[in-house]
Amino acid sequence: METDNMEKIETPSAAEEKSKGMAEKDIKKTARLQLVGKIFVQIGLYLFLTVMAVIVLFPFYWMLISSLKSVEEYNALRPTLWPEQFVWSNYSMIFDPTKTGGLDLGRMFLNTVYVGIVSTILSLIVTVLSAFALSRLEFRGKNALFAALLATMMIPGELFTVTNYITVVNWLNWGNTFAALIVPFLVSVFYIYLLRQNFLQIPNELYLAAKVDGTSDLKYLWRVMIPLAAPSLVSITILKMMGAWNSYIWPKLVTDDSTYQLITVGLRELGTRLSSNASSPNFPAQMAAVVLVTVPLLIVFIFFRKYIMRGVSRSGTKG
Amino acid sequence: MEKTKQAKTPLTKMEKKIRAKAIFNRWKAWLYLLPALVILGLFTVWPIINTLRIAFLNDYNGLMEVGGATFSVGVKNFATVLKDPSFLTSLGNTMLLTVITVPVSTMLALLIAVALNSIKPLRRLLQTIFFLPYVTNSIAIGMVFMAMFNMVLLKGHEPISLGIINTIIEAFGGTRINWVNAGSSKVANMVVLIFYIVWNALPFKILVLLGGLQGVNKQYYDAARVDGASRWRIFWRITVPMLSPMIAYVVITGFIGGFKEYTSIVGIFGDRMGPVGADGSLNTMVGMIYDSLNDGSQGIASAAALILFVIIFIVTMINLYVSKKKVHY
Repeated sequence: METDNMEKIETPSAAEEKSKGMAEKDIKKTARLQLVGKIFVQIGLYLFLTVMAVIVLFPFYWMLISSLKSVEEYNALRPTLWPEQFVWSNYSMIFDPTKTGGLDLGRMFLNTVYVGIVSTILSLIVTVLSAFALSRLEFRGKNALFAALLATMMIPGELFTVTNYITVVNWLNWGNTFAALIVPFLVSVFYIYLLRQNFLQIPNELYLAAKVDGTSDLKYLWRVMIPLAAPSLVSITILKMMGAWNSYIWPKLVTDDSTYQLITVGLRELGTRLSSNASSPNFPAQMAAVVLVTVPLLIVFIFFRKYIMRGVSRSGTKG
Repeated sequence: MEKTKQAKTPLTKMEKKIRAKAIFNRWKAWLYLLPALVILGLFTVWPIINTLRIAFLNDYNGLMEVGGATFSVGVKNFATVLKDPSFLTSLGNTMLLTVITVPVSTMLALLIAVALNSIKPLRRLLQTIFFLPYVTNSIAIGMVFMAMFNMVLLKGHEPISLGIINTIIEAFGGTRINWVNAGSSKVANMVVLIFYIVWNALPFKILVLLGGLQGVNKQYYDAARVDGASRWRIFWRITVPMLSPMIAYVVITGFIGGFKEYTSIVGIFGDRMGPVGADGSLNTMVGMIYDSLNDGSQGIASAAALILFVIIFIVTMINLYVSKKKVHY
């Protein structure tokens, strides 16, 4: 682009032959210098980005290769960068409670999937109904209600946790139940907000036309609004699933029976049990469990990259 | 006259239906909102009120209240939190981690975003790579960082394995450091935590800043280039001011997140919140809340949560005040 500019400057010059030749030479020289400079800058940029990318990727690489090493190889004074032989049994081992110090990780995986699916479905229903009311229906106090909902987003979640713990465990007696893991987080003001914004983009004429035709609200919602708002709904689904998969603090507070425990709690406990055994800490098995928790999320990310990034850039915080 | 007469005549079926529909229409919005409002009322609105209430009830315990116990009103819970020696440790750790990780991660994210914005080939691939840490479980990857820095100690003494980070350090001629094992220094622990927290914080910041960069009008850059401005000057005089709303956004959310730091420490050190033999040395404000909750001292936990809320509120206000002066909209 810069060379183009140079040529444009050069053409209208009507000076004498000699000086023109000099100028041309000069300009070509500076253009070449600029090009060289540009190439150097590009090389520098790629170098910087590559180094950063390697740092970002390294923990993933380390987790994968460590999960396939034998305990002896892992414990070598200087770790090897590639497993001498692949020990796949690290992966089967973590599903055997007799080898994990009594932890039933398989059960915890199933619990997490169950809680994730049920809470996502219920959450979607509640979110769609509220977003519909807040975007399409007219009622007194609508704006005040919406503002009040948004205001609750500013309060840190830790403030809710203490009372919710008392409500769920002491009053509702929900300790060690799936309800305790699902119900308190069914409604997210952020999801309602996200979906409401999407619903508002759908022209109101469609709704009025449907009303004239005598279509019921629910039918209209199902046939028109939900398909048109599909991208937001996909974002919400994925963020909600990720939330269930990664949740640690609340599940740890309200469950201590492995029948109801979620995978992240089990994973942390596995880490403690497998490394506290001082005579033979088993890091490869630990890393195998970490891989099994991490990889599903990475696969989901690769397929739904667009939706995740869109949701995240608006949400502000993790989880 | 006419009116009363009409009202007395029995309504036809049609009229009844229309009237019922009108009533239904007036209330149906609330019907749609009902499930959300019930749950929000119980798990969001009530906690705001109740946390304030029990923070001022001395030695409050939920189970005892269910059993019919009553508690005296006072500020004992707050006094307990403020006098607890671990409060200062936790506050210090939290502030230190936040004050270091937010600027470091913001600066790095800005550099990466600008670099990504100036290249064409491989941009999408690199963008995806830089987002990967976001879609991970902080506990799980914390355990990986622990494994990378950890030395495997035989019977707790001589290391039989140095761990990959120490191997790399020795390969470059450095000396091995006890990063996370028993007897490790707090400085070493903090370096590991900062490294991990920055690694974790980059994706969101890069995403927001890159989004901002793509919205910057290219004409500013063209004009600067015609004027012969250097890259460095362009970066500070155009890129940073144009991006300042996004920078303010990631700094403010970064501070809020930093003050709530907890799971990354649990990921690396476990819930003893410190290396073996130094339990609680790396505790944070949020960690303190959960410790009290686990002890059954919910009044104290509420007081600690309110103190945290006030701190976050003040820091956010300072942030907003500073950014009002510096941000160019």
